[in-house]
Amino acid sequence: MLLEVRDLHVEFKTRDGVAKAVNGVNYSVDEGETLAVLGESGSGKSVTAQAVMGILDVPPGRIAGGEILFKGKNLLTMKEEERRRVRGAGMAMIFQDALSSLNPVLSVGAQLGEMYEVHRGMSRKDARTKAVELMDRVRIPAARQRVGDYPHQFSGGMRQRIMIAMALALDPSLIIADEPTTALDVTVQAQVMDLLAELQREMSMGLILITHDLGVVADVADRIAVMYAGRIVENAPVHDLYAAPAHPYTRGLLDSIPRLDQKGQDLYAIKGLPPNLLAIPAGCAFNPRCPMARAACRAEVPPLADVAPGRASACFFWKECLGG
Amino acid sequence: MAEPILEVRGLVKHYPLTQGILFRKQIGAVKAVDGVSFGLAAGETLGIVGESGCGKSTVAKMLVNLERPTAGAISYKGQDITKLSGRALKAVRRNIQMVFQDPYTSLNPRMTVGDIIGEPYEIHPEVAPKGDRRRRVQELLDVVGLNPEYINRYPHQFSGGQRQRIGIARGLALRPEVIVADEPVSALDVSVQAQVVNLLERLQGEFGLSYVFIAHDLSIVRHISDRVAVMYLGRIAETGTDTQIYDHPTHPYTQALLSAVPVPDPGARERRERIILTGDVPSPANPPSGCTFRTRCWKAEARCAAEVPLLAVPQAFPSGPAAHPSACHFAAEKRVVPPAPPTPGDADG
Repeated sequence: MLLEVRDLHVEFKTRDGVAKAVNGVNYSVDEGETLAVLGESGSGKSVTAQAVMGILDVPPGRIAGGEILFKGKNLLTMKEEERRRVRGAGMAMIFQDALSSLNPVLSVGAQLGEMYEVHRGMSRKDARTKAVELMDRVRIPAARQRVGDYPHQFSGGMRQRIMIAMALALDPSLIIADEPTTALDVTVQAQVMDLLAELQREMSMGLILITHDLGVVADVADRIAVMYAGRIVENAPVHDLYAAPAHPYTRGLLDSIPRLDQKGQDLYAIKGLPPNLLAIPAGCAFNPRCPMARAACRAEVPPLADVAPGRASACFFWKECLGG
Repeated sequence: MAEPILEVRGLVKHYPLTQGILFRKQIGAVKAVDGVSFGLAAGETLGIVGESGCGKSTVAKMLVNLERPTAGAISYKGQDITKLSGRALKAVRRNIQMVFQDPYTSLNPRMTVGDIIGEPYEIHPEVAPKGDRRRRVQELLDVVGLNPEYINRYPHQFSGGQRQRIGIARGLALRPEVIVADEPVSALDVSVQAQVVNLLERLQGEFGLSYVFIAHDLSIVRHISDRVAVMYLGRIAETGTDTQIYDHPTHPYTQALLSAVPVPDPGARERRERIILTGDVPSPANPPSGCTFRTRCWKAEARCAAEVPLLAVPQAFPSGPAAHPSACHFAAEKRVVPPAPPTPGDADG
C-alpha cells in the first residue's frame, strides 16, 4: 500500500474551545489508484490532506492521534529533515487557488526550477531547462518563450497547469489534489482533469482527489471516501457507491442532484445544516439531519464497518439504506 | 410567449480602456456585453449560463440599474428603464430586485438582520408604514424559513445557507415582480443548495415572481428554468426552452459546454462523448472578428471570421425541437447529454 492513514485525529484550538476537525479517519491509496475524498466545507477533507502532507498549521492545529504510513514508514514519527525529503519527491500537493499559491514576484520558470535546485542540487541553468520540459509536459503552449513570465500573465487554466507541473517535478508516487478545478470554468475544468488523469496513468501515481463535486468524482475516481464532521461515513468503489449508497448522508447528496423527471417538483434536500465542529452531536454526527435516525444513533457512534467486500459504511442501518 | 414583463433589446455595455492621467484618451473598450436581446414573461424563469467573463453578471447589473448600458433598451412593462431617472426610476427599481451570489459579502456585518431586511422600506416608505416594519420583517423571515425571533441577530451568527435566505428576504421586501438572482447557490454547500433552490421555486409560486436566474451550474439551471440563454463573450450563442437547449443543442459552444459538465454517474464515463475545447476564452477587450467562438471552434471556416452569425432559427431546420435561435453559421443538432442515469434508490422509493 502506498499510503495508509490510520485512525487520524486532528484538532484546532480556538477561542471558543477545541474544534475536532478530524475524528478517526482511515483510508488508503495504492499506486495508480484514484481515491476521491468527498465532503462539504468543514468535513475535514482538506485538514486530513494537510496532515498527510505535513503542512498543517501547528499551532493552532494538533495531531491528536493516529498514524500516517507512506510506503510503510510512519510520517508522524519521522524527523523533520527526513519528512522534507518525502515532501516533493515522494508526495506532492496541488492546491485549489493557483494565483494565491504561486509566488507573484518570481517567474514561473524560477519557481519550477527551484524544485530541482533545492532537491537535486542542479545549477540554475539546468533547472531552467528542466522547467521548460515540465511546462511542455503539462502542455503549456510556447513553453520556451513563456518560462520567464510571471503567474499573473497566465490564465486560470494555465496557472493550474503550472501547479500540476510543480507537483510532478520530482516524479512523486502520490499526488494530493485539493479541489484542483473548483476555481475553473467548466470547459477549462475538463481540460485540466483530463491532463491530470492522463499524467497519473502514465506515471502510475496514486492520486487523492479532494472535492465536493459529485460529477468530477464520477468522472475520474476509482474509489470514494465520503467525509462528514471529521469522519469517513462511507468508503466504496465508485460504481457501487453511485448505484446504491450505504449511508444516508451519501444517499442524501446523490438524491439532491437535480434530475430530469423532477422538473417542476421540489428537489430532495437534506434538512438542517452541517454541524458545528465545536459541538459535534453525540452518537452519529449526522443523526439530527438523518431521515432514518433513531435512539441507537444518538447513543453511540457507529463504527466504519465492512458491509460488502471492499466497501464500508458508518451507519447502523446500512442494510436498510442499501436495500430499502 | 405571453406579453413580456421585461424585454431587453440590443443591450451593450462597453467599459472604456483609457490611457494617460491628465489627458485621458480612450484606447479601446472591454466589450463586456455586446448586443444581447431576450424577453421574460410574467411568472417565467429565464436561466442564463456561461463561463466567467461572458457578461452574464453585467447583464444582471444592468437589469437592476446598477450599471447604465452603453446602448440598447430594457423595457419593463413597455417602458424603457434605461431612459428613466428620479422618481420614475425609483418606482421601477422597486419592482426589479436582486439576490447576490456571495452571502458573506453582500450583507453588512454591522447591521442586524432586521435592519438589513427592513432597509428597503427606508427608501420606499410607501410600501410599509414605519410602525408596521418590524412585523413585516418577521413575516419575511418566516417566509424564507428562518426563525422570526432572529430579527436582532447579526449576519455572522448565521451559516451560509441561512445568510442566503436573508439575502432572498431582502430581495422580497418590496414585493417585486422580477428577481434577478446572480449565482444564488454557487457559494453554498452541496447539501444546502437544494434547500435554497426549493425555496426560490416555492416563492415564485407564492408571489408570482419572474426570475432571471444566472448560474454556471447547468443542472440546477435546467431544473429551475423554463427557458435558457447560453452566453459567450458578451453575446447570446443559443437560446430556447430547457429541452431544446439541453437535448437538442445546435451551437458548438453549447455542445462543448454541456459535454464538459461532469455527470454524476460513473457508468456514463464510457457512454458519453466529450468535446474538449482547446485554449481559453479570448479577452473581451480584443474579441475575435466575426463569430467570437471561432478561435476555439472545431467547425470554424473562413466565413466565421468575416461574418458575425445572427441569433436566429437556423434555416436548415425551420421546425422540430432543434428549431430555436442559434448564432452559428453551421448550426447542427448534436445530442451530447447522455440519457438520464438510472437513479439510485428509485426502486425502493
